[in-house]
Amino acid sequence: MSAATRAALAALAVWVGAALALPMLSLAPDTVDLARILEAPGHGSWLGFDEVGRPVADRLIVGARTSLLVAAAVVAVAGSLGTVMGALAAYLGGGVDRVLTAAIDVFMAFPGLLLAIALAGLMGPGLDNLVIALAAVGWVGYARLARAQALSLRRREHVLAAQALGAGTLRILRLHLLPLMAGPLIVEATFGLAGAVLAEAGLSFLGIGVQPPAASWGSMVREGVRYMLVAPHLVIVPGLALSAVVLATNLVGDWLRDRLDVRSPAVTGRRTT
Amino acid sequence: MSSAFLVRRLAAALAIVVGVALLTSLLIRLVPGDPVELMLGESAAAGDRAALRASLGLDRPAPEQVLAQLDRLARLDLGESLYSRRPVSALIAERLPATVELALAALAVAAAVAVPLGILAARRRGGLADGAAMGLALLGLSVPSFWLGPLLILLFSVVLGWTPVSGREGLASLVLPALTLGTGMAAVLARMLRSSLLETLSEDYVRTARAKGLGEAAVVWRHALRNAALPVVTVFGMQAGALLSGAVITETVFAWPGIGSLLVEAIQRRDFPVVQGCVLLISTTYVAVNTLTDLAYAWLDPRVRATA
Repeated sequence: MSAATRAALAALAVWVGAALALPMLSLAPDTVDLARILEAPGHGSWLGFDEVGRPVADRLIVGARTSLLVAAAVVAVAGSLGTVMGALAAYLGGGVDRVLTAAIDVFMAFPGLLLAIALAGLMGPGLDNLVIALAAVGWVGYARLARAQALSLRRREHVLAAQALGAGTLRILRLHLLPLMAGPLIVEATFGLAGAVLAEAGLSFLGIGVQPPAASWGSMVREGVRYMLVAPHLVIVPGLALSAVVLATNLVGDWLRDRLDVRSPAVTGRRTT
Repeated sequence: MSSAFLVRRLAAALAIVVGVALLTSLLIRLVPGDPVELMLGESAAAGDRAALRASLGLDRPAPEQVLAQLDRLARLDLGESLYSRRPVSALIAERLPATVELALAALAVAAAVAVPLGILAARRRGGLADGAAMGLALLGLSVPSFWLGPLLILLFSVVLGWTPVSGREGLASLVLPALTLGTGMAAVLARMLRSSLLETLSEDYVRTARAKGLGEAAVVWRHALRNAALPVVTVFGMQAGALLSGAVITETVFAWPGIGSLLVEAIQRRDFPVVQGCVLLISTTYVAVNTLTDLAYAWLDPRVRATA
């Protein structure tokens, strides 16, 4: 494991740790201190204060939790949905496969975040709508990958043997196909996590994600841009945290891909914002 | 290229565009509650509501609404904006040149950065230059454009005073948006070019070229790079999508008057016909670019035609 990978894992540990420890910390992310509006980082104030006098450090940790919750939920929903659909389609073949392939083609025709932006924008703000919109776009990648994997596996001897023994479709999927497909899917999920973190922040930056007063790194940048000239820390701090988390996740993804020996162009199509 | 391949590929693209139009027409059904009330507000007169409901096809069952909408789309009628009361096609036509300009400039930035970076990394594989180039590429992949944009503004517009902060006036105002939008694509292309070039540099014909005494520049540019360009062309098509959707965010950052900022404005105003028109236009462009890339690929590489 290289020094860069170790640093990346450490950075991810800090991110997850801060997000999970939030309820135990006594933070005041919404407390307004009018005397300290736009105060720069310095003595007695970790990362400074924002445009209404709220502590940036506290909001940063709330943002860490927002991004972890949304990204983990998106990867879980999109990953499991896409995997099951892709594997089932490949295994069953015929009409099921044709319908799914057509659906994948149509969803792939919406570039990057576009469909998520339209969906989240029309469904209205809120964390749950954000997750729905991003998962509705994200499942396609997993479905395509799982389908390709399952296609190459479904005629293997151990699968035929299981069929001959009378095992049901779901049992075969669960016990005989999925374990062999796990490697590439884990790599895809890692890059998917980085993509979801960026996407959540991107939608929140556009104002169609997390709504005030809740904090997201994306909405912090959005609010901070207006005061960039007098208080650049409002933009620099959340952006730095966001970039560090995404960079660390991508590094871990690269490392996993090399380790699991997956030939996947996952990262080439992953940059969505 | 055989005409059968061409026809098959174009038919597939057309089918996908129809599917996209279908899905976009259904989007409005996803709006929670009453979309008409959301768009007009609670104080609207009953007559106005009924009129809007009828014009959106919401007074009819979903299949009928979708069919009516597809019928209008087939005649290239995108409807009328609920906000400005102008035809959606006119609004889009107004904003399109700015987005095309931005996308082309970003493409130029991406190519100008990625080609030298990819070649350098492949030639010095495992060395310091390789590590630095790929580290830079990974950084480019990870930095979100809505953060890179403001940072560039801070440095080049505020501190150095070289470029305007935002808007679209003259060539100078294009520089920062193009850099912001092009960075991600440059990173992806550089990574792709490096791995593709590494593969071709170990081919027999490269060894032959070296053996017959060709200079290193000729070997790389004339023999290796040409063949390494093939997979990069495919990624180029895929990245066009990232470019088009990335434009939504970049245009918002720089107040660039293109399709992307039109889409965001329309979403904020709940102007459904405009949202639909923008989404449809961007996706159709994407499908067209991908189809063209596929055709270009088949034209360049006969093996693709055989297996496609």
